[in-house]
Amino acid sequence: MAQQVVIDPLTRIEGHLRIELETDAGVISNAWSEATQFRGIETIVLHRDPRDAWAFTQRICGVCTTVHAIASITAVENAIGSNVPQQALLIRDMVLASQEVQDHVIHFYHLHALDWVDVASAATADPAKAVAFAEQIGSTWKGNNIDRMTAVRDTVANLIASGQLSIFTGGYWGHPAYKLPPEANLMAVAHYLDALEFQRTMIKINTVFGGKNPHPNFLVGGMACTIDPNHTASINQVQLADIQQWVKDTLEFVQTCYVPDATAIVGVYKEYFDIGASSPNYMAVGMSGATFGGNPNQTPRYPTPMMDVKPGVIVNNDFANPQPFDPTLISESIGSSWMSYAGGSQTLTPDKGETTVAYTGPTPPYEWLASATDGKYSWCKSPRYNGMPVQVGPLARVLLAYSQNHPRTKELVDGAVATLGITLDQMNSTAGRTLARAVECLTSAEMLANDTLPLFIKNLQGGDISVFDPSKWEPSSWPKKASGYAFVEVARGNLSHWVSIENGEISQYQCVVPTTWMTGGRDENSQMGPYEVSLAGDGKHPLVDPTQPLEPLRTIHSFDPCMSCAVHVLDVDGQELQVATS
Amino acid sequence: MTYTMDGWQEPTLAENLERAGVSRRDFLKFCGGLAAAFAAGSAVMGSLPRALADPTPGAPVTGDQVADALGSVTKPNVVWLQLQECTGCMESALRSGGTTVEDVVLNLLSVNYNELVMAAAGDSANSVLDQTNASDHILVVNGSIPTKDNGIYCTIGGKSAEAVLRESAEHAVAVLAVGACAVFGSVQASRPNPTGAVGVDQIITNKPVVNVSGCPPIGEVIMATIAYYLTHGDVPKTDAEGRPMFAYDQRIHDSCPRRAHFDAGQFVRSFDDEAARTGWCLYDMGCKGPSTFSPCPFVQWNGHTSWPIGAGHPCLGCTEKDFFDRFTPFYNRLPQVPGLGVEATAEKVGLGLVGLTVAAVGVHAGVTAIRKSAARKNHEEIPLEAFGDSPAGEQSAIAAVVDMAEEIPPAAPEASDTTPTTDSEKTE
Repeated sequence: MAQQVVIDPLTRIEGHLRIELETDAGVISNAWSEATQFRGIETIVLHRDPRDAWAFTQRICGVCTTVHAIASITAVENAIGSNVPQQALLIRDMVLASQEVQDHVIHFYHLHALDWVDVASAATADPAKAVAFAEQIGSTWKGNNIDRMTAVRDTVANLIASGQLSIFTGGYWGHPAYKLPPEANLMAVAHYLDALEFQRTMIKINTVFGGKNPHPNFLVGGMACTIDPNHTASINQVQLADIQQWVKDTLEFVQTCYVPDATAIVGVYKEYFDIGASSPNYMAVGMSGATFGGNPNQTPRYPTPMMDVKPGVIVNNDFANPQPFDPTLISESIGSSWMSYAGGSQTLTPDKGETTVAYTGPTPPYEWLASATDGKYSWCKSPRYNGMPVQVGPLARVLLAYSQNHPRTKELVDGAVATLGITLDQMNSTAGRTLARAVECLTSAEMLANDTLPLFIKNLQGGDISVFDPSKWEPSSWPKKASGYAFVEVARGNLSHWVSIENGEISQYQCVVPTTWMTGGRDENSQMGPYEVSLAGDGKHPLVDPTQPLEPLRTIHSFDPCMSCAVHVLDVDGQELQVATS
Repeated sequence: MTYTMDGWQEPTLAENLERAGVSRRDFLKFCGGLAAAFAAGSAVMGSLPRALADPTPGAPVTGDQVADALGSVTKPNVVWLQLQECTGCMESALRSGGTTVEDVVLNLLSVNYNELVMAAAGDSANSVLDQTNASDHILVVNGSIPTKDNGIYCTIGGKSAEAVLRESAEHAVAVLAVGACAVFGSVQASRPNPTGAVGVDQIITNKPVVNVSGCPPIGEVIMATIAYYLTHGDVPKTDAEGRPMFAYDQRIHDSCPRRAHFDAGQFVRSFDDEAARTGWCLYDMGCKGPSTFSPCPFVQWNGHTSWPIGAGHPCLGCTEKDFFDRFTPFYNRLPQVPGLGVEATAEKVGLGLVGLTVAAVGVHAGVTAIRKSAARKNHEEIPLEAFGDSPAGEQSAIAAVVDMAEEIPPAAPEASDTTPTTDSEKTE
């Protein structure tokens, strides 16, 4: 007898996600992915100054802060023909890289780890054994010592003894699906706290160049932060020395703490390489941080190692034959979303995209959404590539890099696959997505440390201090009509912004966002979206105790959902917001 | 990096402070300072109100009494909601750094409900929320409340954001609206505000709401507001917008390190020009510092690393009401007023700017609305190059198109001839 299970709020994600499930005999038999927040920013950016759009679109998300801003200015620059100096592009690359690494670290430790780590168990651990465990898994992190482990254990023990568990209140402690030994749990809690401290340092690169984080400042045509070795008010050797140290610290943390922890955890929970498989199709335009103003198949504005991997799509796990990427094959379905398209169409390409709200769900409070007779249950649209659901994000990028024989990625993936005794196909799984994110974080940190920052410094030493193209700043220098777009590979996957400008104002604006690709529900052909496939695609996903949905949390968190991004819907056709509430 | 553990390890505040190196003598001195506030009958968290509830009527509360009471206080419970928002405010809170006494005090909280970081999900999370809501707690709110169409635009656990907020506010002893969305509605409330987004104090009207504004607010300011309540036993003094005076009592312009350049008439004329590299005033580039109350110049961001003007970008005015409407276009100069550039009249200038900005933006918005209705008919099928719809090479320059008449009339500041920028580099 199938039982209905609702997970709402689905916590430890960005924004508001509701998952409805049917379970039967300990496995999930059906699933619905439901976005429950809508902000309507699409109607808000219309008719504004395109140079302001980054500030609006950046507010789509404060976790993916910076990425929407960079996509926005790049799209506008593509439209108006700015010639952005290379040093400004390198600054943006450093901002993107540091944001991505910080984002992956926060995701693993603060949003995902508690799915695998039993905090209560850590209170019973032997600190010496925790240090030994860290050594055993190859973690050489400097925080691994008995004093530190003892202090953390005492903290957890005191917290539990106080009866006020703060953010750990109501967790599923003692659930039989928790398998780590106490000493591993203790080590992980210690690293959870270290990561909190670490991310504060890591993100300072954003602050030097953008003045703040979250939501640093950007500029169409370049960057507003001046660089000049001979002015105190410009970024000079004082800040560069700091940045070099932060980048070094970042690489050290990722190498000695994050990667060993992630590898060890997926090793202990190896059965999750057979759980949570989603769509076997993957799409990316390069490695993380790859940024294109215009068509990603054309020559980039300057060569970076992030673009050593070419845009491509892997279809049906055929890793040997990645297909060329064709942006015209992207469409967005409203099969399950509370939207309507003119003329009753169910799917549109993004350039013709519309956002007309047509809510047919129940008036809150409500108990169940998935049984609506019109099949609508979410604010999120369902993007498709050539009609197929695809996965984007770290897994897609790592697999695409692997399929193109990117040396460092291949070395890391082959090593992990051999150690874990899994096949490449099994990377399409809950554990595989978590592992891929760690692999990618390492390659990103390495490229930041070994390529991007050294090139920026070398250019600076050679006297290249230009960071802004003033020639296209004034609207009078723009064409009367122009359109442009940008693709950026950001922490959660492939992001694109599309803008049309007319008479100096935004006449059309649209984003196609990573989490939309993954969160969207069924399309007009009743094909499930990637989250839904991962939970109910094979009828084998475990859910032992419906009151403690630990197993589906693991799978959904492995995607790193960002719901405010998913339901940004900036596709603009200028129509007034229309609402039809039933 | 430091690896000290700053969490709650000992059972009471006194022991935690001692562990953090705060002596008993310093603690008593601190408590003596608080005694007056407590004697005035202010609300205090946890066990403290009970400890001080029945002093001899009329007798002053002593520092020793406060020390005894505060020293034995248990952790206040916190409900930290995220409504219609982007999580930037939580991220900013996570970035709040330092290992000071302030930080130790912050670790006194038991944050039972916060969707970003809490372990529990679904039913378990909802139970935690209900239980915490049932007794005294601090309520922190990120995000706006969409009021249109029965609240369908943001639901949590099947309830509308407004219902969730009202339930959590009922027994809250303090309500802190954190971030531009929770305070003013912010980006989703900017015109045409499609979901009817409003700030917390539009919904919760029966108790004071402290407005920690900013998009996001500085992490340390978020935490300091909570710490203020905890240590003073009352919400901080606020300005007319409900913002804590300890953080929002000064205009950026009045405390800006570049102020001397404003007074001297030394302005950046184009991004990345010699004046920009030298660190001159960004007023001419659209800086909203003269109309913005914020502690950015003092506290700065991310461990005092930098701040927006410090990194060369004009202030967007994100701590001010409706900044996405009132302060856009962001790169347009605030309105020109006579006497600019003279220190003696700067205060008058600043005040004048606030008023003039409102008036000018009001006119501007009206003009735009008219243009908007016309433009809606004219841009339906804009081709996008990636879809093969657009002829290549359409980027050739065409004459100026922006109707500058609708913009706030710009005028060059006096004494602008001292700028090192050449005429050809000027942007206007």
